[in-house]
Amino acid sequence: MRDILKALVEIVGERGVSNTPEELWFYSRDPGVLTPHLPDYVVAPRTTEEVQKIVLLANREKIPVVPMGNGMSLTGLVIPLKGGIVLDMKRMNKILEVNAMARYAVVEGGTSQGVLKAYLQEHHPQLRHSIPDAPPTTTIAANAALHGQGRLTQQYGFNSEMVTGLEVVLPTGEICLIGSPSLGPYWFSRGPTMPDLSALFLGWLGTTGIITKIGMRLYPNKKIRDVELFVTDRVDLIPHILYKLTHLEILEDVNVWFQPKPLVFKGNYHITLYFTGDTEEEITFKRRMIWDTLQEYMDSKDGGFMSVQYMKDMLMEMPQRGIADFADVPKGGGFEYSGPITIIEHFPQYAAKVVELAAKYDVLYASSARLISGGHCMMFSISFAFNRNDPAMMTRVKHALDEATAFALEMGGIPWKPNFMEQKMTMEKMDPNALKLLQMIKKNLDPQGIMNPGNWEVNP
Amino acid sequence: MYALKWKEKICATCPSADCLLKCQYMSFAGHDEAHGEMMKVIRGEDSRVLHECATCYACEEYCKRGNHPFYLISERREEKGLFTAPRPITNQWINMTQMQGKCMAGAVKDKALSCCFIPDLGILGQGEIFKDVAPAAVFGAEYMCPAVHTHFARMSVIKERLPKVIENFVKLGAKEVICLHDECYGTFTAIADAYGIDVPFKPVYYMDFLLSRMKEMKDRITPLGIKVAYQRPCSNRLIPDKYPLVREILDLIGVEIPDRVYQGENCLCCGEILRSVSGYKLADDVQERNLNDMVASGASYCVFNCPACQSSLSEKVAKKGLKPVHIIDLCKMAIGEKEREVK
Ligand SMILES: Cc1cc2nc3c(=O)[nH]c(=O)nc-3n(C[C@H](O)[C@H](O)[C@H](O)COP(=O)(O)OP(=O)(O)OC[C@H]3O[C@@H](n4cnc5c(N)ncnc54)[C@H](O)[C@@H]3O)c2cc1C
Ligand code: SF4
Ligand code: SF4
Repeated sequence: MRDILKALVEIVGERGVSNTPEELWFYSRDPGVLTPHLPDYVVAPRTTEEVQKIVLLANREKIPVVPMGNGMSLTGLVIPLKGGIVLDMKRMNKILEVNAMARYAVVEGGTSQGVLKAYLQEHHPQLRHSIPDAPPTTTIAANAALHGQGRLTQQYGFNSEMVTGLEVVLPTGEICLIGSPSLGPYWFSRGPTMPDLSALFLGWLGTTGIITKIGMRLYPNKKIRDVELFVTDRVDLIPHILYKLTHLEILEDVNVWFQPKPLVFKGNYHITLYFTGDTEEEITFKRRMIWDTLQEYMDSKDGGFMSVQYMKDMLMEMPQRGIADFADVPKGGGFEYSGPITIIEHFPQYAAKVVELAAKYDVLYASSARLISGGHCMMFSISFAFNRNDPAMMTRVKHALDEATAFALEMGGIPWKPNFMEQKMTMEKMDPNALKLLQMIKKNLDPQGIMNPGNWEVNP
Repeated sequence: MYALKWKEKICATCPSADCLLKCQYMSFAGHDEAHGEMMKVIRGEDSRVLHECATCYACEEYCKRGNHPFYLISERREEKGLFTAPRPITNQWINMTQMQGKCMAGAVKDKALSCCFIPDLGILGQGEIFKDVAPAAVFGAEYMCPAVHTHFARMSVIKERLPKVIENFVKLGAKEVICLHDECYGTFTAIADAYGIDVPFKPVYYMDFLLSRMKEMKDRITPLGIKVAYQRPCSNRLIPDKYPLVREILDLIGVEIPDRVYQGENCLCCGEILRSVSGYKLADDVQERNLNDMVASGASYCVFNCPACQSSLSEKVAKKGLKPVHIIDLCKMAIGEKEREVK
C-alpha cells in the first residue's frame, strides 16, 4: 500500500494525492441515496501523461480507477464500489482552443461548464454551448460520458451528440485520439466519415477509458432570449401540444414540469418554452408563432399562457438554480432523480406513475421533462426529495426510484445515468446479442476490469 | 351565501345602456341592441356578452344608475359553467390565493396598512409618508381582497373568501384599513356593498391617505416639473369617484398630466388579463395603442397605481423611452426620499 501511495506521489506530487480518512470519507459518497464506499486513494492529475501513468500503475497493481468530474450525477456513478483510486479530474480545467468559425471548443477532461460559459461570454459572446441545469461546477466531459442534456438539446440532440473529438487514456494506458484530431490539428468531427469510435466512450460511465480532452460543438448565441409558460390541466394533451410546438422549429428548449407545491403549480402541467432572437422583431415573430400554434387550446379553455413576470429571472438562469430548491421542501436538502429517456407519447403514463410512486412511498415529487432533438424523445425526470437525516425516508426514495426504473424499462424506455443496479436491470432486458457485444467491447478495452468496476457489469 | 343585489327594473327602463354601448371590447349597433343584450344577461339567457366580455371592469363605471353590470355578467358566466380565461389559469389563481396561514401582520392597533398579497406594496408602504402606519402592515392571502376572481367569473370564490378576509382584519382589532391596492378598497366598498357583506371597519383609500400626508409635508416638496402619463388600473373602475385624486396629488408635487386619448373613462387596461382571456392579439393591440398614446402626449414618465400593471408594462414603457414609476415613489421623489430615475 505504501508503495502505491509513493508511486502516486511520484506521478502527481504530494498535493495531488491523499489517503487521509477525511478526504476518503468525502470521496466515498455522492449527494444521492446510494450507500457510500471508501476509496483507497484520491488522486488529482494535471496532465494527460499523469493520467496515463496512473492508469499504467493501476493496471500493474490491479486496482480500480474511478474517473470523477464533480460527482453530481447523483446516482452513485463515482462511488468507488470496489475501492481503489478516485481520479478527480478537476485540475485538468484548461480551455485549449476555440475555433470560432468552425464553432467548436476543445477543453481538458475536468473543465467545468461554468468555466467554458464564462470564457465564451468574455471572448466569444456570439457563441454558446449546451449548458445543462446541473451546478456550474459539473464537468463537460462527464456530462458527455453520461449522455447529458442541456439548453440546446431540444434543437441539436444529447450533449454527447455535440462531441467533435476526444483524447482518451485507454484502460490499458494508451493515449488515443478519436475523430478528426486523429488525422490532423482540427477537432471538427468525432468520427464521420470514419467509423465513429467516440461511441466507445460515450454512455459508458467511465468504464472504457478516461477522457482527457474533449471537443464540443458551439452554437450561435443570439442577443435576446425570452420565455413563455403554457399551462394545461389535461395531461392527455401534452404529447399533442409538444408535437405542434416542435413542428415550429424555432424553440431553443422545451421543458414540461409539474409538482404539487407550492399551490400555484398544483393540478397543472407547465411547458416552459425558450426562444431566442437577434432583434425585437425576431422575438415578437417567434412569440406570435408560439401563441398561434397553441390558440386552439386557449379557445377550448384547456390551456393558456401564464404570466412569467415574477418567475422570469429564475426561468432565464443558465443553469437554472431553482431546480434544486425542491430539495429543501421536506427539510434536509436531498433529492435524487431517475431520468428515463422515452417517447413523448408516453408522457401521460409516466406522469401518472410519478404521482402513484410518491403516494405509495410517502415522498414529495417533482417532475420535469426535457425534449430531445425536436421531439424524437424526451428525458422524463422522476424526482423525489428527502431529508438526509432521515434514513427511512432515503430508503423509501431509493425504492421509489428502483420502481420508476422498472416501469421505464417495461414501457420500452432507456434509463439515463443509471446506477449500478439499474444498469443490471437494463442489461437483463437488453437483446442478448447486444449485451454480448457490450461485454465483448468492455472486456477488450479493459481486460483487467479496473475502470469504474461495478458499472456496466452483469454481476456487479 | 351572499347574493348580488340587482335592480332589474332600473335596467329595464334604462335610456342609455351605457354599460355596453361604451364597452371598448365589444361593439353594438346602438341602444336597442346593447340594451337587448343586457336584458338577456339579466334574464339568464345566453348572450354574446357572456362570451366576448374581456373583463375590463369598465361597465361598473359606465353604469351611472347604481347597478353592477360586470358583477352580473360574471355571476351569469359562472352559473353557466363558462370560463373567461383557460381553466388551468382560472384554477391557478384560485389555488395560489388560498389561505394557508402564511400571512404576516405587524403591530396593528386601530389602523392596519393592507399590502394585499403583493410583496411590492410592502416596500412602497414604507418611508416618511407611511412612518406612522408602516409598522401595522399586513400581507398575505388571509388579507387579500379576492376581487381578482371576477376576471375569471368565479364570484363564488369572492363570496366565500371575502367574509373571511374581513373577519381576519376584525381579529387584528383594526378599525381602519388603509388599502394600498385599489382592488382592496374597491372590494371593501363597492363589491361588499353590492353583495350586502358587512364591513365593520373603515376602509381608507391610500390615495386619500397619500394626499393628506403630502399636504402635511408640503414644505418638503420640491415640484418635480415633469410630464407624465397615468396608467389607470381596472379596479379603479369599481371606485370611479376616487379617480380625481390622482390629479390632485400630482398637482401638489408639480407634475403635469397632458391630455391623451386613453384616459379617464376611456382608459385602456394594462393588457395582462386580456392576454389570458383573449390571447395576445387583443393584448398587443391594446398595449400598443396605449403606449403610443402615452408617448404622443409628451410624457416622460408612466405613472402606475397598481403594481400588477407596473409589472406587466414597465419593460414595455421603458422600451418606448418612458420611465415607469409608482405614484407613491413619485411622491417620495418629490420629498427627496427617492432618486429621480426610478426603475
Ligand atoms: C440540480 C441538478 C440539475 C441537473 N440538471 C441536469 C441537466 O439539466 N442535464 C444533465 O445532463 N444533467 C443534469 N444533472 C445531472 C448531473 O449533475 C450532470 O449530468 C453533470 O454533468 C454531471 O457532471 P459531473 O462532473 O458531476 O459528473 P460525475 O458525477 O463526476 O461523473 C459522471 C460519470 O462520468 C464519468 N466521468 C467523469 N469524468 C470523466 C472523464 N473525464 N472521462 C470518462 N468518464 C468520466 C464518471 O465516472 C461517472 O460515471 C443535474 C444534477 C443536479 C444536481
Ligand atoms: S347596467 Fe346600468 S347602464 Fe347598463 S342597462 Fe342597466 S342601468 Fe343601464
Ligand atoms: S367588463 Fe369591460 S369588456 Fe366586459 S362588458 Fe364590461 S366594459 Fe365590456
